[in-house]
Amino acid sequence: MGIFRLLSHLLLTVFVLYPGLVQAQVDDSEAQQLLTSLAESSFAEKKEVVNQIAGSGDERARGWLESFASNKLGRIESSGQFIIVLENRGRDWTVESALTGENLGEISRRDIDTVRVNNALRNELESILSVLDLKSPEEHNRLTAARALKGSVDGVLAERLPELMSDEKSDSVRAALTEALAIYQVEEQGDVAAVATLSGSLNSQARAALQQAMRSDDAALVAAATKAMASIEQKLKLNRAAETLYFGLSLGSVLMLAAIGLAITFGVMGVINMAHGELIMLGAYTTWGMQQLLPGQPGLALILSIPAGFLVAALAGIAIERTVIQHLKGRPLETLLATFGVSLILQQLVRTVISPLNRTVITPDWMSGSVMINEALSLTLNRLYVIGFALVVFAGLMLIMRKTRLGLEVRAVTQNRAMARSMGIKATKVDILTFALGSGVAGLAGVALSQITNVGPNLGQAYIIDSFMVVVFGGVGNLWGTLLAGMTLGTINQLLEPWAGAVLAKIMVLVFIILFIQKRPRGLFPQKGRAAEG
Amino acid sequence: MSISKHVKLSLSALALSISFNSVAAEDPIKVGILHSLSGTMAISESTLKDTMLMLIEKQNEAGGVLGRQLEPVVVDPASNWPLFAEKARELLAKEKVDVIFGNWTSVSRKSVLPVIEELNGLLFYPVQYEGEESSENVFYTGAAPNQQAIPAVDYLMNDIGVERWVLAGTDYVYPRTTNKILETYLKDKGVAAADIMINYTPFGHSNWQAIVSDIKAFGSAGKKTAVVSTINGDANVPFYRELGNQGIEAADIPVVAFSVGEQELSGIDTGPLVGHLAAWNYFMSVESDANYDFIDAWAAYSDNEDAVTNDPMEAHYIGFNMYIEAVKKAGTADVDAVKDAIIGVSVPNLTGGYATMMPNHHITKPVLIGEIQDNGQFSVVWETPSTVAGDAWSDFLPGSKDLISDWRKPLFCGNFNVVSGTCGGQAKVAAE
Repeated sequence: MGIFRLLSHLLLTVFVLYPGLVQAQVDDSEAQQLLTSLAESSFAEKKEVVNQIAGSGDERARGWLESFASNKLGRIESSGQFIIVLENRGRDWTVESALTGENLGEISRRDIDTVRVNNALRNELESILSVLDLKSPEEHNRLTAARALKGSVDGVLAERLPELMSDEKSDSVRAALTEALAIYQVEEQGDVAAVATLSGSLNSQARAALQQAMRSDDAALVAAATKAMASIEQKLKLNRAAETLYFGLSLGSVLMLAAIGLAITFGVMGVINMAHGELIMLGAYTTWGMQQLLPGQPGLALILSIPAGFLVAALAGIAIERTVIQHLKGRPLETLLATFGVSLILQQLVRTVISPLNRTVITPDWMSGSVMINEALSLTLNRLYVIGFALVVFAGLMLIMRKTRLGLEVRAVTQNRAMARSMGIKATKVDILTFALGSGVAGLAGVALSQITNVGPNLGQAYIIDSFMVVVFGGVGNLWGTLLAGMTLGTINQLLEPWAGAVLAKIMVLVFIILFIQKRPRGLFPQKGRAAEG
Repeated sequence: MSISKHVKLSLSALALSISFNSVAAEDPIKVGILHSLSGTMAISESTLKDTMLMLIEKQNEAGGVLGRQLEPVVVDPASNWPLFAEKARELLAKEKVDVIFGNWTSVSRKSVLPVIEELNGLLFYPVQYEGEESSENVFYTGAAPNQQAIPAVDYLMNDIGVERWVLAGTDYVYPRTTNKILETYLKDKGVAAADIMINYTPFGHSNWQAIVSDIKAFGSAGKKTAVVSTINGDANVPFYRELGNQGIEAADIPVVAFSVGEQELSGIDTGPLVGHLAAWNYFMSVESDANYDFIDAWAAYSDNEDAVTNDPMEAHYIGFNMYIEAVKKAGTADVDAVKDAIIGVSVPNLTGGYATMMPNHHITKPVLIGEIQDNGQFSVVWETPSTVAGDAWSDFLPGSKDLISDWRKPLFCGNFNVVSGTCGGQAKVAAE
């Protein structure tokens, strides 16, 4: 098999590098035969067939291999005709002929036998396809291909790589190819000179190669590899620290977003709203609903959900305020129980009306994946957006509280209700608007959370305790306190988590807050003045 | 005279329907369904309730069993473990059901166990679990660890060449016991303690950044690494999403899951997850006619073209058919008679084979390993050559390896110690 693989790789490389020389083309019966042996052999044997197909030089080969890799190559049970599955959801699949490319329409899944693929084969296919991609006119494709080659270069390819590199115009592709070659040289040939190339590389394959070199008998090689490793370790440590900080900030912004609506209703109005979590849930469900209304445009739906989520939650908030909370003014225990009841009602309402099952909220393409800073540090995009969104919401709230008439009135009512009323402020109206604002912000939090957690009836429950924790820790009624508390608790949690485990980390954070509250009962930023004492 | 003829006809029709009803209503077999329809577990369990209702409806259309109709009695234990016991008591004492199908989490099963035994009921439990239990009154139609976890680890070790292991799970009895079994098993196979990383997270955990990044670091030590996941419930969705976002591909660090099925995957875009693994005894993608028929029936019943099926549904399908066969064999729905009759009963499963009830109240199952596809389905990459019988007491836990269970007379014992030769050699339950 080794010889086989070498041979086919040779063929392939020749084909890739001198396309003009090879005009191989298989006729349909040969193709049918190749695909049949692919379908009928065991996983171990399939490897050979894959190389045969790749080496055949047929222009359809790439399509076959790609669809095979994604489990979309199949055979119609009755006729033995090979097909490529275009759409494989549901019970009828849309297919086209693998040999002619003719669209065959929808065929029941019962009649299709898929040609099975597994991870090992997919890996093999990927390296074969990336060799093909090295000649792609798109720089992006070449770069991806060159990166994929790290750790999978073999002897034949290694001989050809220098030539490819000299033809390469893009620096980054050339650098990736150089590294791929160096990994091969260190791993297979114990090349001391190549070790220097790997020094400072953050690629995990490069690290594996160096670790292997450190175990070799050649003293010079060991010394060079150890030195290169030390510089890598140093860099890795820095990257790990940066990553932990990012994780902390991202969890912190989620906590802050979930809590800031509560900071307004609980902090400013003094209402303990146990249904706050369910208002978050409503925001998340609004996102789902929007995506149902605008199928195929998850990004647009998500953006429209921002105002819609705010509105839905704010209206629900007003309803709760009017029907329950206003009748229980000044009776915190009863308010707590009543709003807890409201939260249960809302949860069960969602279960009965929509479904007890979680709903799928699609993440738009521009929010999936991550930005690669370097090969050891990449920032996940959805979290990055949530951090940005949280900061925008915070800034917006600060503006409302500081610069608008509503903000002024809210602050006045908070500080001294009786005095504010005697100055002509309608306290009832302020109450409604404040509660609507706090609820609306909870809805915004729900829109953001729909991108990072499950949208289901239990969504709110998961965040209510955390929200109270952040508000109490930050100092009741202080928005800056909420921001700082969210970020602090998030970072502490993420620092502890790898070391203590998720369960223990959470317990430790709670213990920390209990101790902190003992020392400073009013949180990080206590409210000053006589009103705060009452 | 056409009017009087009409009256006569309708009268006789009425009489017929009354007499028919009275025969049917005289003595239906009552089937209790004990699955949470609200609370955390509703996501998984409400589907099983519907599955049972569908199976009962189909059976009734086919004339019931022994000429008697089946009558479902649905209760909602609301994901509240003590309430499971109360509802089980209500089903057995008040509703006088002949059999119960229910439960999902192990803790809820442990909660109803004393009630079922006290009132001599029958319970069919459809979910994979940690083993270390065998009750006279319970039939375990889900997988025991030797029908899921051990074969999956063997596959990773022998076929993929994994040398470094992450055991990640939700913090409760099933993952803890399973991981204890797996840890012992791996160490027996010569895996060093430094090559095993164990991590537990709470139910519904959603912030996976640090843990996933930790797994990535653990896996970049130059040895082939795999994650064995007993993460349960909807915490899986953000876990897999984070794996995808942090670019952990199945080719580098495969994740094999024991609690992730088609239903859990229906909540995420599986594009970045292609190639990650799951071990089950059934996959919706299995190419067998019995399975296609079941899927068609389920889609029609739930009135949803894209409705998915999963492993616990198949377990209920098998358990229900076994019960029907046992009732037929015993000629009565009497609990003790059915209990004796069901041992040895074989019914078709959905993967093209047969499942047999063993004397230890566990069933035989094939073990399948599937890789996640981009359409949210699994593609089977490996399966055991024949079915595997469930083992109630694990061979890899001290105190449990000497125990066997056999509910046939004369042994009639759930925890017989083959060393001391006594019944009731109570094993220390590993997870405490």
